[in-house]
Amino acid sequence: MTKLLDIQNLTLRFKGKRTVHAINDVSLSMEQGETLALLGESGSGKSVTLKALLGLLPPKRTEIEGKIEVNGTDVLSLSGKKLQKYRGGEVSMVFQEPALALDPVYTVGHQIAESVMRHKGVSKADAMSTALDMLDRVRIPSANRRLHNYPHELSGGMRQRVMIALALACRPRLLLADEPTTALDATVQIQILLLLRELQKEFGMGVIFVTHDIGVAVEISERVAVMYAGQIVEEGTTSEIIKSAKHPYTQGLLAANLHDVERGARLNAIPGAPPSLETKPDSCSFAPRCAHATAECRAALPPVFTPSPRRRVACVKAEPAVAAE
Amino acid sequence: MSATDLSPSQDQAIKPKTAAPESRDKGGPGQPLVIVRDLQKHFPVRGGVLGRTQAVVQAVDGVSFEVKKGETLGIVGESGCGKSTTARLLIGLIERDKGEIIFDGQGLGERLSLKDLRKDVQMVFQDSYASLNPRLTIEDSVAFGAKVQGLDDPNGRARSLMARVGLDPDRFAHRYPHELSGGQRQRVNIARALAMSPRLVVLDEAVSALDKSVEAQVLNLLSDLRKEFGLTYIFISHDLNVVRYISDRILVMYLGEVVEVAPVDSIWREQAHPYTRSLFSAMPSMDPDNRTQEPPLAGDPPNPIDPPKGCRFHTRCRFASEVCKTKVPKLMGLSGNADHLAACHLHDATSGHPKAGQGVPQ
Repeated sequence: MTKLLDIQNLTLRFKGKRTVHAINDVSLSMEQGETLALLGESGSGKSVTLKALLGLLPPKRTEIEGKIEVNGTDVLSLSGKKLQKYRGGEVSMVFQEPALALDPVYTVGHQIAESVMRHKGVSKADAMSTALDMLDRVRIPSANRRLHNYPHELSGGMRQRVMIALALACRPRLLLADEPTTALDATVQIQILLLLRELQKEFGMGVIFVTHDIGVAVEISERVAVMYAGQIVEEGTTSEIIKSAKHPYTQGLLAANLHDVERGARLNAIPGAPPSLETKPDSCSFAPRCAHATAECRAALPPVFTPSPRRRVACVKAEPAVAAE
Repeated sequence: MSATDLSPSQDQAIKPKTAAPESRDKGGPGQPLVIVRDLQKHFPVRGGVLGRTQAVVQAVDGVSFEVKKGETLGIVGESGCGKSTTARLLIGLIERDKGEIIFDGQGLGERLSLKDLRKDVQMVFQDSYASLNPRLTIEDSVAFGAKVQGLDDPNGRARSLMARVGLDPDRFAHRYPHELSGGQRQRVNIARALAMSPRLVVLDEAVSALDKSVEAQVLNLLSDLRKEFGLTYIFISHDLNVVRYISDRILVMYLGEVVEVAPVDSIWREQAHPYTRSLFSAMPSMDPDNRTQEPPLAGDPPNPIDPPKGCRFHTRCRFASEVCKTKVPKLMGLSGNADHLAACHLHDATSGHPKAGQGVPQ
């Protein structure tokens, strides 16, 4: 079976007054129907990766090298009609702020139906009934009435449900979710996470879920890839990452989550701030903030160790620890 | 980035000012620093051609609490529950409709003027960029309040506090807010609040916009500053883990009302109000083998315009009975643990709830 997603050596630069090396040599693959969380802080390249996957980056200012394949389709070569068909049909996206992503002048039913009509070429009446069905599936109460509501008439949680319905209306093989629960309250966040988990099983699609919150990643995903400074520093199943994180950055993130910290105890904070990425990293990007950094880390890019299939750590220190186990 | 970075001269520059709060203590150590009684704020919603009041947002309705000297009170709740409005009322950014604010034994508006209150109470906001003037350098921003209040040597004060929060004054003093990262800007905001030598600092989601690794640094800084300057904090956040880490007591709000107040350990052991319990179970589990299976609550929080009658939580509560729809529960101490207050008919034996006095069922 073809891999759902296969990214090979993706490097992405933004050109302008100054150059930003947003993604540096990222390789990532996903099997059909997998849920992967991309975990990282702001500026680590998580959202840029998603946008590259949909071809949403401004072509004049972006330099992309490498290969992105979704279901065997070379995404970077798509343009025109083919790109339109791919976006929303094969892959679709849920954004962080549903109030900005939905069009305020059309009813939500109209917006869902529009995308169904475009991709499936069905009549308006059929598209509206698909829209109604989708609103039901995302558990919107009295969907029939909500179909004719405008986005401003809905609450934040409800709008995010509509966004999900819109994204899933054409049954994509891959759903990209860019921090879809960050703007929501805790009690609503957990509802949306559980809903996405159910829909993922129901539709059998793959999901890439971008988040900065480890707790959210645990609730939603089977696998986690941790990004730092435009690189993937660690990848593994969710329990591998939570229970035996190998990269010092992942360990720092876990400590900063405050889940089991003793009250008032000093936090084991990662000092400093992420690098600005104006130059292409030629050594470990995390070395300036790392407590275990040695001359070796500052001299060259860290080697990537793969202790088991589909598990990897980009850190010099990871190897002896693995050998000792 | 820590206290050890300070040169001796900067250290001395701070010392005389830290001594000041002690002498300002008027009510003695037993007097709570802040007492809030029946605080109320309703915002009218105007509309129509004539701009008449169409509805009223009951943002804060009958909120009472105390903050002891040197303690940190954490306030949690969902959006629209009135936690930020409470903070703004407390430092007089908006006018209250009703209720009393007593600061160290002196009532605001009676013996204490707003200007004097603001010498003692400072606030740090969530959006570190929006809360700084883009046209002032960092040094001018930090020194601004001290200048307005006529404190001596505002710029020297600003520089020593910048050093204290981990920003080298020689490197940062003449920069503008847009030249700093989010974490650095929030340090500037903290330095600005401290430049007034306040006794109470209200932190309204002060770390929520920061990245996790930076958030931990700022939390460490806040704990250090609290010890060093003898500060009292009111810490507002929606992140229960952060609130638990930094607070001594936690106050839970729902739709403009206080539903539960308790010491952190007590509330972590047992959540006495059904809403608090739902809020706690909504936290991600952090255990991949034991993920959350059921959302604790359905739907969004109701609109604070026209909140439900009786107990405001009854529309989403699993244990609601007839009495909850009509009678407003009183905030009262639990039997056997008087420090732990909850406003729920389940804990009040005389409330008339079928399961009254038995506590919240499992």
